[in-house]
Amino acid sequence: MHNISRLSRFNIASLALGLAFLYLPIIILVIYSFNASRLVTVWGGWSLRWYHEFFNDRAMIEAAWMSVKVAVSSATIATLLGTLTAVALSRGERFRGRTLFSGMLYAPLVMPEVITGLSLLLLFVALNAERGFWTVTIAHTTLTMCFVAVVVQSRLGSLDRSLEEAAMDLGCNPVRAFVAVTLPLIAPAIVAGWMLAFTLSLDDLVIASFTTGPGSATLPIRIYSEVRLGVKPEINAICTLVIGLIAVVIVIASLASKLSSSQGESAAPL
Amino acid sequence: MSGRRIFARPARFAAMAPYVWMVLFFLVPFGFVLKISLSQTAIAQPPYEPVFDLTAGWEALKAAFAALSIDNFRLLVSDDLYVFAYVRSLTVAFAATALLLLIGYPIAYGMARLPKRWQAVAMVLVIVPFWTSFLIRIYAWINILQHDGLLNQILLALHLVSQPVVWLSTDTAMYIGIVYSYLPFMILPLYATLAKMEPVLEEAASDLGAPPWQVFWLITFPLSLPGVGAGVLLCFIPIVGEFVIPDLLAGSNSLMIGQTLWLEFFTNKDWPVASAAAIVLLVVLLVPLLLYERLQKRQLEQGR
Repeated sequence: MHNISRLSRFNIASLALGLAFLYLPIIILVIYSFNASRLVTVWGGWSLRWYHEFFNDRAMIEAAWMSVKVAVSSATIATLLGTLTAVALSRGERFRGRTLFSGMLYAPLVMPEVITGLSLLLLFVALNAERGFWTVTIAHTTLTMCFVAVVVQSRLGSLDRSLEEAAMDLGCNPVRAFVAVTLPLIAPAIVAGWMLAFTLSLDDLVIASFTTGPGSATLPIRIYSEVRLGVKPEINAICTLVIGLIAVVIVIASLASKLSSSQGESAAPL
Repeated sequence: MSGRRIFARPARFAAMAPYVWMVLFFLVPFGFVLKISLSQTAIAQPPYEPVFDLTAGWEALKAAFAALSIDNFRLLVSDDLYVFAYVRSLTVAFAATALLLLIGYPIAYGMARLPKRWQAVAMVLVIVPFWTSFLIRIYAWINILQHDGLLNQILLALHLVSQPVVWLSTDTAMYIGIVYSYLPFMILPLYATLAKMEPVLEEAASDLGAPPWQVFWLITFPLSLPGVGAGVLLCFIPIVGEFVIPDLLAGSNSLMIGQTLWLEFFTNKDWPVASAAAIVLLVVLLVPLLLYERLQKRQLEQGR
């Protein structure tokens, strides 16, 4: 009798409003990036003018390239370290300093970025490291490996351990059991973790501002300094391109996880 | 001999690299923040003193230690500018988190009541905006909220206002920006607990004659408290230290602590005061941070 529909009108309305709130601003931004008018708010017909402008803006292109390089390198290192972390925390029983380890791991997820950025910069200054590509990459790796670890860990937690145990009972050593059984099963989570790390790095303004050096601004740093001066149609175009890039990444990620037949919904998205 | 046991040793080995990385790049840096918060600004490179030079000999090190002082912390406590910034940060974070809970709960509730197939779709739809750049999402709102932006055009066209309303550089704009950016962080943990809840419990309550609001307050809400806790902490902690949103959307006459820290560092080049501000911020956030860690650990490590 109660199975008719658990959805009340209130449920539907709040869902619809919530999704509209989440998506309308982005859709408006994308539409306006094709606006021919120089005035951001007056519609002057469809045009690719601002995309042209962006591709002729050397400084902006350089910053974009820098961001992509940092994002790819830091996401790759972070995925490696994050996966190792997840394996250690969910399969290693006890080791000294484990509490400290998981503490260090979860704190960056919510730590205000100004603190993380400042502390890393002070470290780099103390080490006399030249600031630029590598310092930003290290900073982003530190932040994003924690996200990768959480994503992979929640996947490991939902796996059936008897599979690994069976492999070992059949004579696999632990490393081989991991490579042959566990790794293929957590592959979608590893891919998703890489994608998440990539977008987080591409997106970061605060930590990059602290840890970068003169002459190596990332895209968010350039966008931020332009936005502070006011809205420019070119920025709409750049933002649309970034959204497009991320959309491609998401599609690849979801295809990857579809392919390896994920069981149920992946646990924690964070 | 269970398989688990044998697995432990390689796992311990696997932990080495990330462990060393996190100690070096997460834990150790706080030592430097603490040390520089006790230093003074100097017109030098690096812009603070004393500088510890291990090669300079014992006497020089002792002198350097003696030169450390808590003056920066005295300044933070006595100067209204900083005190107001901390108070404002906490107020904004409380209000924004309350708003987020109020707005996020009905959405998460709606999601949890969708048919199973649609739940996955709705979850993807909520996550996707979180993947698009933070800065871009704030920028999108500047487009909408500016003087001749879309919102004012619509309000004028509907004759709801007779002249453009000032939205940008107000607290309203800042709250819109915060709610917009953090909404997925609130919705997802709420949805995760609500979706796991047995619908039988709610049905039993209403079969026994409880009106819908009573079912909600006596059954649904108490059972969703773990999700509420996770969502609240996931939003509250970073909002307290937020920089980008208040910087781009709020007015410049009252600053949040993240902005003050940024100004001290980048504009005034006062690294010691910026470091002291970071230490105080960390202390303020210590309790919520520890709570969050416990929640996260329980969720991930003791099986879900």
